[in-house]
Amino acid sequence: MAIDQDFTYTDAFLACPECDLVHAVPSIREGEQGRCTRCGALLYVRHKNSLDRALAFALTGLMFFILANMFPLLTFEMEGVSQSNRLIDGAIAFWKAGYWELGIVVFVSSVVAPLMVLLVLITLLLPMRLNRVPPSPQLQIRTLNHLRPWAMSEIFVLGIIVAFVKLQDFADVSVGLSLFAFVLMVAATVMAYLTLDEDALWSRLREIKA
Amino acid sequence: MSAAPVTAKSLDAISCHVCGLLVSNRYIREHSDECPRCAAALHSRKINSMTRTWALLIAAAVLYIPANVYPVLTLVSFGQSTTNTIMGGVIELVGSGQLVIAIIVFVASVFVPIFKIAALLFLVISVQFGMKARRRERALLYRFTEFIGRWSMIDIFMISILIALVKLQALATVTAGPGAIAFAAVVIITMFAAMTFDPRLIWDEEGENDDG
Repeated sequence: MAIDQDFTYTDAFLACPECDLVHAVPSIREGEQGRCTRCGALLYVRHKNSLDRALAFALTGLMFFILANMFPLLTFEMEGVSQSNRLIDGAIAFWKAGYWELGIVVFVSSVVAPLMVLLVLITLLLPMRLNRVPPSPQLQIRTLNHLRPWAMSEIFVLGIIVAFVKLQDFADVSVGLSLFAFVLMVAATVMAYLTLDEDALWSRLREIKA
Repeated sequence: MSAAPVTAKSLDAISCHVCGLLVSNRYIREHSDECPRCAAALHSRKINSMTRTWALLIAAAVLYIPANVYPVLTLVSFGQSTTNTIMGGVIELVGSGQLVIAIIVFVASVFVPIFKIAALLFLVISVQFGMKARRRERALLYRFTEFIGRWSMIDIFMISILIALVKLQALATVTAGPGAIAFAAVVIITMFAAMTFDPRLIWDEEGENDDG
């Protein structure tokens, strides 16, 4: 695997994002993945119909996200009085109680970032599906990378389960319709990220621009 | 006798931290220091990685104390009030027989933050002293630390749900406590600490000093 010392930039070789070791990019089959020979970091994956599948999952995720915001997540009942909460109520409750910092953190990580991820994926992949250049592909792909750690829907699901168990001890709690929608939204988002192959994204973009 | 490994740095090139394109320093000198593919700023190593990680780790370690000493939530029901710290919440779950949930909360809220701070401290110190042994294991430790960090937010989300749901005045009301802010700060600051640490530093001197 010799590399031309005089290159300007190349995608025929890549450096491991975790240890900087240079590898030649081999043509691997769909469903296979390549790991760094030195540190074991994941270097590349190939998925069948990567971009189409990621788009389908993102659209599914958006549908369920909308549903998840329309109905209660949990309903709590005690002595004949009941109270339900929606997805955004946690953030609002922190804000109203004077813990505005936590309100912002919860709002961003459970509502804004997961929604943004889906919207960015759709505005990126839908135009590409129709052979058009997305509004700002570079910015969109960078945003996607930076948003990733802050979209915490899957963790929020565990938070709901813990809250549910804690409440069961002293009152009647029932699960709302939105909880199912929310869990399906999380599953769709995870699948969208898992199937999205960034190399396929860049090479498809180049094809469209050409 | 192994030759020094071929890295982007040894080729006088930079691998884009966002999209992974391999860009030569010649291109950067002649054109621009933005990635030609994704337009992110190019750097060979994360900027001021060690200093930033140290600062964030110290901040997280300091905040860890109020996060565990102050209560994170208070439940008032029929005039009786119970106040919980992070650890108190786990003990209460054990007491009510919810072992599986208690273990999940213990791992996410007690074990993960301590583990994260300790692991990153070890990584930063090992790089600072140019440790040569067990590079691959340290790389794995970093990858694991980065992956688990976000899961400590479970407790914060749980509290947000309880305070939104349980507000039936005299019957039952849950309020948040100041420990929650410190706890969320620990989680977020350690996430930043893991992001600013550059795992490439673990490998940077491999092959240079070893063969003399």
